[in-house]
Amino acid sequence: MQKGLIFFLFLINPIIQLSAQEDNNGQVHGNFSITGQSYLEDSLIGAPLVAEKFLMNAYGNLIFTKGNFTAGVRFESYLNTLEGYDKRFNGIGLPYRYISYQHEKLNITLGNFYEQFGSGLILRTYEEKNLGVDNSLDGARVIYKPAKGVTLKGLVGKQRFYYEHGPGIVRGVDGEFSINDFFPIFAESKVNITVGGSFVSKYQEDLDPIYILPENVGAGAGRISISSGGFLLKTEYAYKSQDPSAENGYIYKTGEALMLSLNYSKKGFGLFFNAKRVDNMGFRSDRNAKLNDLNINYIPATAKTYTYSLATLYPYASQPSGEMGLQGELNYRFKKGSAMGGKYGMFLSLGYANVNSIQKNVLFNGDGYTSGFFEIGDELYYKNLNVELEKKFSKKFKGIVHYYYQEYNKDVLQGLSGYGIIKSHIGIADLTYKIRPKHTLRMELQTLLTQQDKGDWAMALAEYSISPHWFFTVFDMYNYGNPNPEERIHYYSGNFAYSDKAVRIQLGYGRVWEGIICVGGVCRNVPASNGFNINITSSF
Amino acid sequence: MKVLNSVIILLISLLLISALQAQEQKFSFPSVDLKTLDGKTFNTSEINNTGKPVLISFWATWCKPCINELIAYDENYVDWQEETGVKIIAISIDDSRSIDRVAPFVNGRGWEFESYLDENGSFKRAMNVINIPHSFLFDGDGVLVWQHTSFAPGDEEGLYELLLEISK
Repeated sequence: MQKGLIFFLFLINPIIQLSAQEDNNGQVHGNFSITGQSYLEDSLIGAPLVAEKFLMNAYGNLIFTKGNFTAGVRFESYLNTLEGYDKRFNGIGLPYRYISYQHEKLNITLGNFYEQFGSGLILRTYEEKNLGVDNSLDGARVIYKPAKGVTLKGLVGKQRFYYEHGPGIVRGVDGEFSINDFFPIFAESKVNITVGGSFVSKYQEDLDPIYILPENVGAGAGRISISSGGFLLKTEYAYKSQDPSAENGYIYKTGEALMLSLNYSKKGFGLFFNAKRVDNMGFRSDRNAKLNDLNINYIPATAKTYTYSLATLYPYASQPSGEMGLQGELNYRFKKGSAMGGKYGMFLSLGYANVNSIQKNVLFNGDGYTSGFFEIGDELYYKNLNVELEKKFSKKFKGIVHYYYQEYNKDVLQGLSGYGIIKSHIGIADLTYKIRPKHTLRMELQTLLTQQDKGDWAMALAEYSISPHWFFTVFDMYNYGNPNPEERIHYYSGNFAYSDKAVRIQLGYGRVWEGIICVGGVCRNVPASNGFNINITSSF
Repeated sequence: MKVLNSVIILLISLLLISALQAQEQKFSFPSVDLKTLDGKTFNTSEINNTGKPVLISFWATWCKPCINELIAYDENYVDWQEETGVKIIAISIDDSRSIDRVAPFVNGRGWEFESYLDENGSFKRAMNVINIPHSFLFDGDGVLVWQHTSFAPGDEEGLYELLLEISK
């Protein structure tokens, strides 16, 4: 690893040193992030003794650009990795480095890269540091734009697997064609149409002594996007060939997925609708991989992403093995001066989401099951209804009120049994009061009410901020309705943060409940912990 | 091992020194394809405000402080534009889960920023953004004069002073 780094630095250093003497200098930018936490044993919340006492995740990126040339490298260190991250993130290394060259219509990247075809149904490599997800491809990618409105992409690579590579090779091509950009006569048209198609194939050797497993698995997708006068319609269909895997129980059934979304908006009004069907679309560069490992594709979750703490206690994650869902949202701004809007206007958002299983008719052969395309299964995975209001009352005071009703299939979504569907009501008030210029006090009051699982919760948060540098936050999250009186625990936390330009330093102490952290529909379990934490980030 | 480490430290220091030398110059925008709210393609190398300041803000529909920041910008945008000519560009990093919520959200609130979608975070990565909100201010010559991560109510006042200063 170190030799690789030295080689890389030697390669780019002379270029930078030379370029510094020219008029047209190269530029170096980058960032770094350090997150450390101390761990105290806390038997009440189930925080175990951590032998190291202190754990740390850190990384830094350097990107160098000069003219058409770009090179980047990321240093990562896990000494040892924080609780809740996969322990295979271990030690120090350089798991991400690339060089890229742009020549007029052609862009070539060698090394690691992130890419997404369409909405990601058959290929999306990305990183989400908070989740420990990084499935970047390491290999080569070419992007070619032969004419205005035409983009062609081709790639070959192996996926990052912690500090190694996954066993499979991923190959893919994608093309996107904008009718309006390509044909000058449509340039001024009120209707915009873009079509695209992609194909991805993975190769993994079959070492199974008994079964004949397909070594090459292909997936194809087609998409179209049409927009006109405030409307946008997008749809994508994907198909996958036989791909027996640990995720689907080594069945030979093919996979398919359909996404359809329609939105309409004009000033002060927005409407969004989305429907999805997914059937056996897990797609990984190792057929034996599980959890968040080596995903080639990405199945977006059919639900809004929530950020208030109690609204995220029961987070929904998409089920690539099969689900059917739909969701909608209405956004409306009451005008200033109207009866509802008052002096400053008011913002309203109404949302709904519902996800069910797909109907599976079990077969006793290698295909596993059949499923009709429009057959919705009986089992509910997730349901959510939300009402959100936001209003400014005066120059100094504004408030946000949210209400959610949720049904959450804990058994399916967390891979457990015996919990059933958790029904909960959640109420949130978020109030901001400007004490004097640049001094602001913000309060959150939250409650989650349920008869099931761990019962009722309440939370209070206070945050005092002094622009532009200081933040002080304290909160307490209290599981007061836990059926077991001994588990009626306070999870309290205090934090302070200093922010200056692109540097941010945060110090805190707190008890963290055992739960699930989700970003963009991908989740990881975080164990209970008690301790001090520090986070430093900077960009330059 | 020690020698290797020393060499690495030396090389990184050299890199940082050259980085510092490079900070005062015109920022060269990375070339990344984004989508507009109505599905067209926009390349970030075309970011331009004909000699006036540009403010770029990274946000997402699920990021509360980002929304507060953009509300604060929105409340002042007309005045700022009149006095300084600034153009605000809002880059949403919503991924395919929430990307189609962005247009109804932005238009539903009546925001008039130039809005683009960075669906897989390519521009975010190229700009070294770690957490959002993260704003960048470029003066009329395209020099990066300020960047800031996180948002506290009142930050917009400091930004306004800075805008006045650079548009003198």
